[in-house]
Amino acid sequence: MSSMWEYANPKRFMQLSGTVLPWVSGLAALCLIVGLYWGFFLTPDDFRQGSTVKIIYLHVPSALMAINAWIMMLVTSLVWLIRRHHVSALAARAAAPVGATFTVIALATGAIWGQPMWGTWWVWDPRLTSFLILFLFYLGYIALWEAVEDPDTAADLTSVLCLVGSVFALMSRYAVLFWNQGLHQGATLSLDKEENISDVFYFPLLVSIAGFVLLFVALVLLRTRTEIRARRLRALIARERMA
Amino acid sequence: MMPDLGKYATEVLSAYVVSLALIVVLVLISWRQSQVVRARLREVERRRDPDG
Amino acid sequence: MIGLLRRDLALAIRAGGGFGLGLAFFLIVVTLVPFGVGPDTAILGRIAPGILWLGALLACLLSLDRILALDWEDGSLDLLATAPIPLEGVVVMKAAAHWLTTGLPLVLAAPALGVLMNLPGPGYGWLTLSLALGTPALSVIGAFGAALTVGLKRGGLLLSLLVLPLYVPTLIFGAEVARRGAEGLVIGAALPLLAGISLACIALMPFAAAAAIRVNLR
Repeated sequence: MSSMWEYANPKRFMQLSGTVLPWVSGLAALCLIVGLYWGFFLTPDDFRQGSTVKIIYLHVPSALMAINAWIMMLVTSLVWLIRRHHVSALAARAAAPVGATFTVIALATGAIWGQPMWGTWWVWDPRLTSFLILFLFYLGYIALWEAVEDPDTAADLTSVLCLVGSVFALMSRYAVLFWNQGLHQGATLSLDKEENISDVFYFPLLVSIAGFVLLFVALVLLRTRTEIRARRLRALIARERMA
Repeated sequence: MMPDLGKYATEVLSAYVVSLALIVVLVLISWRQSQVVRARLREVERRRDPDG
Repeated sequence: MIGLLRRDLALAIRAGGGFGLGLAFFLIVVTLVPFGVGPDTAILGRIAPGILWLGALLACLLSLDRILALDWEDGSLDLLATAPIPLEGVVVMKAAAHWLTTGLPLVLAAPALGVLMNLPGPGYGWLTLSLALGTPALSVIGAFGAALTVGLKRGGLLLSLLVLPLYVPTLIFGAEVARRGAEGLVIGAALPLLAGISLACIALMPFAAAAAIRVNLR
């Protein structure tokens, strides 16, 4: 009976994701194209930052999704640990490279933006530093998945790492804040422009964020489907060897 | 067509090129993996059940 | 549990258990830094607290895989898992043994190496104190990393990749205490925060480590 349950859930997931995936992908492409086109071609320059504000349409959404991807991995890891739901563990695995890529995009665009604004590619600004640390956590998580052979053991170990890593990532965030204030007196450079951003920049930014969210969902669905198929493939090959 | 990016043209363009390239690479890798695994699974399933 | 600790200590000291290895590594790192940075004593004095902390951290990292690997190979970890002591307690003892053989010598050696690095006068006490408070956390976090990678054949490099990001908060607060001490500034919140991280790690990480060991033994 238990094998029925195990089999039924991935199967239902495959059916659902199969029908949803084309729509999500199409919508993601549409939102990304509209949002980035709107942002790149149709918005004015900022009076202070010139044309570099256009980087915001890449930087903010990717940074947002870099964190949200980790949170999603945390939730799916918890679901795996509590409910032993295989799709959940595989979804966490599928999300990690996507989150890592978004982190790289956020870091790269941040550095490119920092060059003209701060006069240097890299500042040990608390936010940038936290993202670098987040990227290290992604690397460790992915490496652990790759290193452990047995899929269930790997799922368990990476889930535990994800939980512990989340706590430490949060602690690092505050530690870094403390550390940089300790080094530089007064105002630190901040990327926090969301609060006082004008509508001209705000609406294309929203579309672009929606695009990144949908892109994330589409990629995670696609990659989870691959992981489920790979799992079934392994099981079938193992069964063939047994026979 | 091309907006005037002023003196920051290199920065803005490189940010877009780098980001879009990364996204495209990620999508292509994910897509390729999906195709490879799907084909292999199909083959194994056919071997297992030649009529289906 | 004390018996377990005594056994681990004896094993570490005897038979090439790598007792002095971490210490030697620490010395070498500190010796190499001036070759990279230059012999300017003013610069060395400024970066001394950070370098000493980093050196101690890396030396600690070096011996982490020994925490569990030997017991894993000869099967005594299975025995310990079924022993009447909770696995969490075993982890605590293992981490304690690691700290006594690696962390404590590093703490004691740090002031001597501080001389090499031209550490400013008031820094010695604070450096030793911050290391004494911080290295237990490094050992316990390391025990968790060792628990995650214990079943792997080439876990060493992966262990570093997993553990180093986890070391970030401890390093930041520890080096901050040492740096402020060396520069004669007010220590402020860094010291209680460092102590807090250490205590929280000692209290909570054994549970995560024990969970990882159970998964690996399954």
